[in-house]
Amino acid sequence: MARSNKPIVWGPFAAGGTLTAFLTPVLVLLTLLAAFGYAPQVLSYESMRALAAHWVVKAAFVAVIGLSLWSAAHRLRITLYDLGVRADTLVATVLYAATLACTGAAIYYLLKI
Amino acid sequence: MSERRVQLEVLRYNPETDREPRFQPYEVPFRDDWVVLDALNHVKENLDPTLSYRWSCHMAVCGSCGMMINGEPKLACKAFLRNYEGTIRVEPLRHFPVERDLVTVIDDFVAKLARVKPWLMPKEAPGSGEYRQTPAQLKRYKQFTLCINCMLCYAACPEYGLIPQYLGPAAIALAHRWNRDSRDGGRDARQEEIASKEGAWECSFVGACSEVCPEHVDPAGAIQQVKIESTVDWYQAHLMPWLNK
Amino acid sequence: MSRKPYVRPITSEWIFRHPRYVRYMVREFSCLFIGGWTALMVWGLKQLAEGPAAWAAFLELLKSPASILFQLLTLAFATYHSVTWFNLTPKALPLQLGEEFVPDRVIAGAHYAGWAVVSFVILALAV
Repeated sequence: MARSNKPIVWGPFAAGGTLTAFLTPVLVLLTLLAAFGYAPQVLSYESMRALAAHWVVKAAFVAVIGLSLWSAAHRLRITLYDLGVRADTLVATVLYAATLACTGAAIYYLLKI
Repeated sequence: MSERRVQLEVLRYNPETDREPRFQPYEVPFRDDWVVLDALNHVKENLDPTLSYRWSCHMAVCGSCGMMINGEPKLACKAFLRNYEGTIRVEPLRHFPVERDLVTVIDDFVAKLARVKPWLMPKEAPGSGEYRQTPAQLKRYKQFTLCINCMLCYAACPEYGLIPQYLGPAAIALAHRWNRDSRDGGRDARQEEIASKEGAWECSFVGACSEVCPEHVDPAGAIQQVKIESTVDWYQAHLMPWLNK
Repeated sequence: MSRKPYVRPITSEWIFRHPRYVRYMVREFSCLFIGGWTALMVWGLKQLAEGPAAWAAFLELLKSPASILFQLLTLAFATYHSVTWFNLTPKALPLQLGEEFVPDRVIAGAHYAGWAVVSFVILALAV
């Protein structure tokens, strides 16, 4: 047996899982407030543009989005295996590729702001 | 004390005559302090001498009498009849092939246990006298020494059921026990097994192994610690080459 | 005497065999909601980049009944993910100070406290 390269995919999963545990509930609460008409000040077009204009914020957005998506994709990969989907390599390739594409799109849009 | 009776449904399988297992009902009188193992012994001694099962100590030390009791992995010597209502269904430990009746084939576990080298590989050649260890160094690994190799954790672990190559909870926890021992220097050798694809990485942290452990060992914790340590190893080896000798 | 061990089939029924496996599956399914909601936020970035009208449309999208239902479910699943994650952290990262291990509830409790502070600060800054 050789040591596995799984740390490549597991490291971001663990980081993303921790990040989402701390951040996702409160962030969803913000979009829910907006959905119910109590739009928080920060979600106005002007303040969102001003916020996303700063490179530190851009970097933070990319980190949070990328790691959240990665941990979700990794978990979905395991869950599909648990549910009996045996094409693990295909599932992993599709899910991780989708994560990278989605994160790439986020970077692209942030660079346009 | 009035005599109480319990209905058992025991999985029977005779490899010489049966194509597949079946359940056989038994009615057993029992006392308040009886466990499932006592009921099985009663069956074997009084009702049906052909019933096969493993047991030895009757005190949750030997780890022989693990079986599924109403679908849960339990030591038959720790499962009190008075805690059950209705018919009690007794099956061999899940995920292991059935040799006969409640006896399973455990070769897979025994081979995996040997693979992780669960013994002391001294860091330094033994000098004169004893290895010294502080109470804190002892406590660092002590809980993992309590494993009795009963394999309840393997029966509880869905990943072991789904991926038979997976090393499984007890083997990894016992490797971790030695890795955490201040006298030991064998971590590198054990990592070849427990940090391999068939090692800790097949675990999805269901946590069932720790919940069913009759000795309150925490294999699930051990496996996550192995994952974290192996991840640190990997990133150090691949991204921080200046740390490599 | 010939050996003929019987191998029992593995089916998906294990998920419903004990509540612990159902809880595990619920925890794992949180990924669909957290992942889906994050993808929705990427869509929001696209709308933000395109201008005020597009951003307003995104805020309208958030208000649709289906999206409100999705966000409520995401809130529930994400909170469940946080709770399970913090409760399991002491197992993955035990801390031994001197001879004794720090009790699990102290490590988990510190994470809960951190979670509360982070949530409060973000809410306070945003509103």
